[in-house]
Amino acid sequence: MSKSDRRIDIEEINGVTVARLLEKKILDEANIEALGQEMFALVEKDGRKKVILDFTHVEYLSSAALGKLITMHKKTATVKGKLVLCSIQKDILDVFKITQLNKVLTLCTDLDDALSKF
Amino acid sequence: MTLSANSKSESTAFLFSLRSLAPCRIVRVAMPEPVHFEVRFPSNTTEGLAVQEKLVSLMESFEYSMRDIFAMRLSLEEGITNAIRHGNKLDPNKLVTVICAISDQKMRVVIQDQGEGFVPEEVPDPTLEEFIERPCGRGLMLMRAYLNVCEYSDNGRCLTMERERNSPLPILED
Repeated sequence: MSKSDRRIDIEEINGVTVARLLEKKILDEANIEALGQEMFALVEKDGRKKVILDFTHVEYLSSAALGKLITMHKKTATVKGKLVLCSIQKDILDVFKITQLNKVLTLCTDLDDALSKF
Repeated sequence: MTLSANSKSESTAFLFSLRSLAPCRIVRVAMPEPVHFEVRFPSNTTEGLAVQEKLVSLMESFEYSMRDIFAMRLSLEEGITNAIRHGNKLDPNKLVTVICAISDQKMRVVIQDQGEGFVPEEVPDPTLEEFIERPCGRGLMLMRAYLNVCEYSDNGRCLTMERERNSPLPILED
């Protein structure tokens, strides 16, 4: 996959994988499916267990994207790893609260806060 | 995609050009006239996204707030995708019809599919403990949270959604 096709940018910080979501709008089906595959590969292909998803750039998120996040959460739990989400904009945070996924997923205000969870 | 409209696109373009010409003083301009149009498209999500973008552009031309646009974009995405995927089951021979009416006060959108329908009351509450980790079933909940009107008719084949300008968003605990 060329760099321009990627939907996430990866960085390793103190043994934790920081995956920055690059798309502003995670809405259309093809986009969400591709993002899901990239996220799942971090765990299933690369064997990463400590993952932070950085939402700094994300402005819109549909329920289908929420589904991928839940699946990602389950995949990290299956390998006894941990998934943390950080830097979520207010409107997106409301979506997590409305659906009460803030009770299932670990949400942090910023990257430092997220790194402190590991 | 077929489109019929009585939109005032020319007047909207004129309003935008006015704004760009007057950077130093506030020019009070009238809102565009209410717009009503109907569009029909085959069951694929790319077409659905194009319609969604058109409706969002209309909201922008009526100067709705970012919060109103966020709420409506999210609801349109859920409603149109449901019609394409769950209603028409991606059958390219089945169409989705979207009827939009927008004014400076509110936006009303009707989404009609040609599927078998469903009973909205039978959709499980995704916040219940037994369903909270299911990766699907949150679209309806989000639409109900963000819209003033979210009503299904025609045995679940027709969704009417409405949002008034500056409607409050759900009050959420931190």
